[in-house]
Amino acid sequence: MGTELSKAVVDGVLTGGVYALMAAGLTLIFGVMEIINIAQGIFVVLAAYLSYVLQVHLGIDPFIGLLITMPLMFGVGVLIEWGFVRRLKEQNKSALSILVTFAVAIVIEGILTQLFSADLRIIKAWYVDKSLHVLGFYLPYIYLLGFVLAVVLLAALYLFLYRSRSGKSIRASVQNRTGAELIGININRVSAITFGIGAAVTAAGGMIFGATNSFNPNSGYDLISRLLVIVVLGGLGSIGGALVAAVAALVIEDVTAVLWSPIWASTMFFAVLVVVLLVRPNGLFGQTAVRAQ
Amino acid sequence: MDQLVKGDEGYVKTPGGMRRWRAVAAIGAAALLAAACGSSGNSGSGSGSGSAKGPIKIGVSLSLTGDFSADGKAFQQGYQLWAKQINANGGLLGRQVSLDIVNDASSPVQVATNYQKLISVDHVDLVFGPFSTGLTKASSQVVNRYGYAFVEGAGGGPSVFTSGLHNVFDVSLPVANNLVSFAKWIAAMPASQRPKTAAYATQDDPFTAPQLDAARKILEPAGVQTVYNKTYPSETTDYSPIAAGIISAKADIVLVGTLLPDVSAFVKQFIQQNYNPKALIATAGPDQGAQFIQNVGANHTEGIMVPNGWYPTADNPGNADMVKAYIAQYGGTAADVSSDVPEAYSVGEVTAQAVTADGNLDQAKLIKELHSGTFDSVQGKVKFDSTGQNVDAFSFVFQWQGKDLVPFRPDANAVLTPVPPETRKIEYPKQNW
Repeated sequence: MGTELSKAVVDGVLTGGVYALMAAGLTLIFGVMEIINIAQGIFVVLAAYLSYVLQVHLGIDPFIGLLITMPLMFGVGVLIEWGFVRRLKEQNKSALSILVTFAVAIVIEGILTQLFSADLRIIKAWYVDKSLHVLGFYLPYIYLLGFVLAVVLLAALYLFLYRSRSGKSIRASVQNRTGAELIGININRVSAITFGIGAAVTAAGGMIFGATNSFNPNSGYDLISRLLVIVVLGGLGSIGGALVAAVAALVIEDVTAVLWSPIWASTMFFAVLVVVLLVRPNGLFGQTAVRAQ
Repeated sequence: MDQLVKGDEGYVKTPGGMRRWRAVAAIGAAALLAAACGSSGNSGSGSGSGSAKGPIKIGVSLSLTGDFSADGKAFQQGYQLWAKQINANGGLLGRQVSLDIVNDASSPVQVATNYQKLISVDHVDLVFGPFSTGLTKASSQVVNRYGYAFVEGAGGGPSVFTSGLHNVFDVSLPVANNLVSFAKWIAAMPASQRPKTAAYATQDDPFTAPQLDAARKILEPAGVQTVYNKTYPSETTDYSPIAAGIISAKADIVLVGTLLPDVSAFVKQFIQQNYNPKALIATAGPDQGAQFIQNVGANHTEGIMVPNGWYPTADNPGNADMVKAYIAQYGGTAADVSSDVPEAYSVGEVTAQAVTADGNLDQAKLIKELHSGTFDSVQGKVKFDSTGQNVDAFSFVFQWQGKDLVPFRPDANAVLTPVPPETRKIEYPKQNW
């Protein structure tokens, strides 16, 4: 049982990194724009399809392909922000964003179904089925690489937000939108960049998801609830919180599945979520204050 | 890492905190919306009520999106192939048939709504069943309320037939018996060859779980000890803890209650963890032909088994023509034909024979004829018992060998033998990955 438990913890940590990549865009977009992006699940799937197409039709390795898919997803994010999200009125932006992004998700799903049908696909590469055997554990390369990618990208995102001029603009917009506008920050531009970055980071999460799970255009629906819960647990807007919460969520689920039953794994995670929210209503790394408007 | 929403200036204490609470509440609502909706929308292909001179309208709800969309699409192909074939041969009762197919998004609520609308608003002449036991069960009460016959091909779980309904007819193999041939084969092995331990893992689904229960009830008395037996939610996306449990149990044989996504995930994890059971059988997934090969890789299918009541070269009436028509319309090879296709096709065949025998579309007469008649289908003979299960259906065991899914059936001693003209023997133990 000890070995099994250790393995569940290791699996949870590695898989949690992948989920953090998928959730990071969601929490970033909410943190800056207070937009609840229900389309995040379909963004993951769209990114998986992009990597799949590059791999199958052009023979490009999925990790190398990120050099293409991340800018593409950035463009998709900017386009959606410009086309739909920017048009929402400030008063009910959060609530309306649910409907708008849900509609966007349906449209993307429809397009993907037309292009690829409902057949299940998976991204292949030589390392997807291989493992590193160390200390009695078989650690799949794809999860190891995914975890490293998650740490690197999330650290890069953090540095961008706290060390670059654009990042400072984004943070200024978060803290005081009116003040930021008064000192000459273009809020629309910041919002578009934020949505684009959120989608671009998701490109990496989608690639790993597509290499570890069979997917079709509907696969996003099973993901979005879990991603939303991760960002709530981590604290809305917190990149680091998303990573911690994703790892915690997957470890709790995996350990519950081993010690008790897979059927109770999600229930246990939600129980932990409720307890955390009772003690810290804004999540593990959430703020108790909000910005002044 | 630090918090993005950070800084001293521009922040105020609650009541501003209410905004966060509202946002959390909105996210909760969003999560519920996402979980509940899946997606919706119709993809109808016909309108207006049927008339005695116009085409016969047949209403169908299928999972064209959502969890069952891959199977739903294959079912759509099966229904459309049948409609094309019967129309080319003069139609039904001298009238063309027209399919009115609507999307239920794999939702038990939507499927019931769809059939209610098809019958009470669109006034279809006949209805055909949806995909899956769960959706058949969810809609059968509605169809029964209107007195319609409900012929279906994918609602074979026991729970469909314990509702006391008289109008449901499943043309396919009753699913509870799917793994019986496999389990009896294992149980009949000489003690020296017989596996000592077995692991069971299944979705929480009325199609898969009863099959594993039936197999376990045969294997345990035969001395095959259960070392892992878990059920997981059907919406699971991370299968690693379940796969880890099976691997840690070091079971000799593995039986999984799956569809394509989860059996693919299990195979991947078994390969990654270098775990080689002597036999691996899944309730569904390996029967999906090209999709299964694409998902697990052509070099990883060898020895994997799946039960089924049909195979492309089966010598059943009309089967060869159906396979030929499928390839002509959708391309590929015979091995690419999903077993969903003949299940749907058989629904049309059986209904057409019963309607033709009656000479009209009266539902009461149709139900009576279905209960009393014997029918031919591409899946073989069909004869319904009082609950609507096909008592003439037979379970084969299929094993991937090379590029082929080779059919086996039990002989008098329960030994799985190749179905002629096939001569290859069953591979046991399965070769390593």
